[in-house]
Amino acid sequence: MYEGIVQELIDEFGRLPGIGPKSAQRIAFHILQTESHDTTRLAELLTIVREKVRFCEICGNVTEHETCSICRDPRRSQATICVVEEAKDVVAIERTREFRGLYHVLGGAISPIDGVGPDDLRIRQLMQRLADGTVTEVIIATDPNLEGEATATYLSRLLHQPGLTVSRLASGLPVGGDLEYADEVTLGRAFEGRRLVEN
Amino acid sequence: MIVSHLSLTDFRNYERADVALEPGPNLFVGSNGQGKTNLVEALGYLSTLGSHRVSSDQALIRQHQASAIIRARLEHGERGVLVEVQLNRSGANRAQVNRSAIKPRELPRYFSSVLFAPEDLALVRGEPGGRRRFLDELLVLLSPRLAGILADYDRVVRQRNTLLKSARSAGVKGSQLSTLEVWDERLIELGSQIVEARTALVSRLEPEVARAYESIAGGEHSAALENRLSVLSHSDAEEDAGDEPGLTGVVTAADAASAFRQSLERLRRTELDRAVTLVGPHRDDVVLRLNGMPARGFASHGESWSFALALKLASVAELRRDTTTGDPVLILDDVFAELDAARRERLAEAVASVEQVLITAAVHDDVPEALRANTVRISRGRIFEDRDERA
Ligand SMILES: Nc1ncnc2c1ncn2[C@@H]1O[C@H](COP(=O)(O)OP(=O)(O)OP(=O)(O)O)[C@@H](O)[C@H]1O
Ligand SMILES: [Mg+2]
Ligand SMILES: [Zn+2]
Repeated sequence: MYEGIVQELIDEFGRLPGIGPKSAQRIAFHILQTESHDTTRLAELLTIVREKVRFCEICGNVTEHETCSICRDPRRSQATICVVEEAKDVVAIERTREFRGLYHVLGGAISPIDGVGPDDLRIRQLMQRLADGTVTEVIIATDPNLEGEATATYLSRLLHQPGLTVSRLASGLPVGGDLEYADEVTLGRAFEGRRLVEN
Repeated sequence: MIVSHLSLTDFRNYERADVALEPGPNLFVGSNGQGKTNLVEALGYLSTLGSHRVSSDQALIRQHQASAIIRARLEHGERGVLVEVQLNRSGANRAQVNRSAIKPRELPRYFSSVLFAPEDLALVRGEPGGRRRFLDELLVLLSPRLAGILADYDRVVRQRNTLLKSARSAGVKGSQLSTLEVWDERLIELGSQIVEARTALVSRLEPEVARAYESIAGGEHSAALENRLSVLSHSDAEEDAGDEPGLTGVVTAADAASAFRQSLERLRRTELDRAVTLVGPHRDDVVLRLNGMPARGFASHGESWSFALALKLASVAELRRDTTTGDPVLILDDVFAELDAARRERLAEAVASVEQVLITAAVHDDVPEALRANTVRISRGRIFEDRDERA
């Protein structure tokens, strides 16, 4: 234990995701030893980021305005919503340039171990967006892991309503790689999820 | 498949060791605590990425050293491969095949071994968990895809238990219960695949175990396996299940799923009270029977030993059945000292057809003549290859 404020700083870093006690201590001492204008800049950024950046009131994506650029873009289809766990997933899907609809960021996945239940996700907001019938298709693009699958199952039950198509992204082999390099688990899953080829 | 050469650097009590191995039996002899188990543990590591004695790799690195290296030359027919793994005290382990880097978890594709060690007596005498692990490890070797299902299943159980606990402490809220159903579905889906895979394995293994036990103990003994499935049981505690009849034959995933669903419904209240998942493959067992009696609690020391050995020999039989890389290397650590003279001789015969067998013994004469052709002496982490000569 260090004295007062130093320990507080270490504890604060330790609360950040992916940072254990050792790293927290290393970062704290790095900051103590850094030229003061560098840390001032960091402190400023932290404040500005909190002030300026917020979550889109419609979809939950990060933005510097009330709503994000995607929700404001009139060229995007208003009939389709792609549901993702995090804002960084929006960036990933946008990179594909395949999807021209809107997004909904849940803010995580259902995971009792992490204390996250449906009420902690932006599910109520999603239901509100679907209420007026404009949206006719929901694509669930939660992560292909256990928690993502559980969240997808929960949502697909909730979204079971007339006039709404619900689909789930296929999970399978990473593209661009060779089949021989896919690990056994992924390849095994892909086998199970195989589809008929139209001919 | 055989290992033609093994070399160790800073592994356990070996600073540096090189040993040439022959096809067929290889015997390592030496007094207690000289490094016999350490040597075969190194080979076991290459096929399982772990030690059969400790869960952390740290203990495998020689005291005061930063890293250990296990390097083995493998041969299968005309093909030779050089595999290598470096265990690091800090930082990730590294692996190579023919001197190009691979992910350590890919090593088991190149080398497979079945190791029998004194710890395996727990397969017969110990808790159900050890027997489940034995089946699951074999399942993953036979069908690597199952690794993902087993890992996901464990995680579903943990998620579900946490949910049950929070539902209990917070009072049951509607939205929490609706997520319980979501976890139930995953639990049933993954769990019934495991039930099908395990029961299928047990029914394939059963005749092999019976044959292997007979080959060690002689014809008048019969060893059998029975599944004890918690989804089919009517008591809700692992311990109470003692005298319910076991089950042989394959339970399909569909049958397992409907039994699973019914059990969960029946136990809902109890599960909410106790906040644990009470049924599923994590509560199953496979009962080992010897001459009709459960081996656990009835079998003698030598009999238990023979049964555990029969399970391992059956794994070898199962693995060699559908392999493209030849037999797994069979490793027998300290087995012979525990068996009577007749069983020793019969075991020697039973393993004669395996491509390569590595045997350790503290007392040279405990091992039948037929297995002594290539004898290597081990003393204080050093290897003395004195073929033909007695240790
Ligand atoms: N990381 C390590 N560094 C140095 N020495 C170690 C390390 N781990 C184990 N040892 C030593 O290795 C020896 C044990 O070797 P091993 O278990 O191979 O014995 P053994 O020859 O199989 O004996 P036994 O006949 O009693 O089974 C012990 O003396 C132990 O102190
Ligand atoms: Mg030993
Ligand atoms: Zn938005």
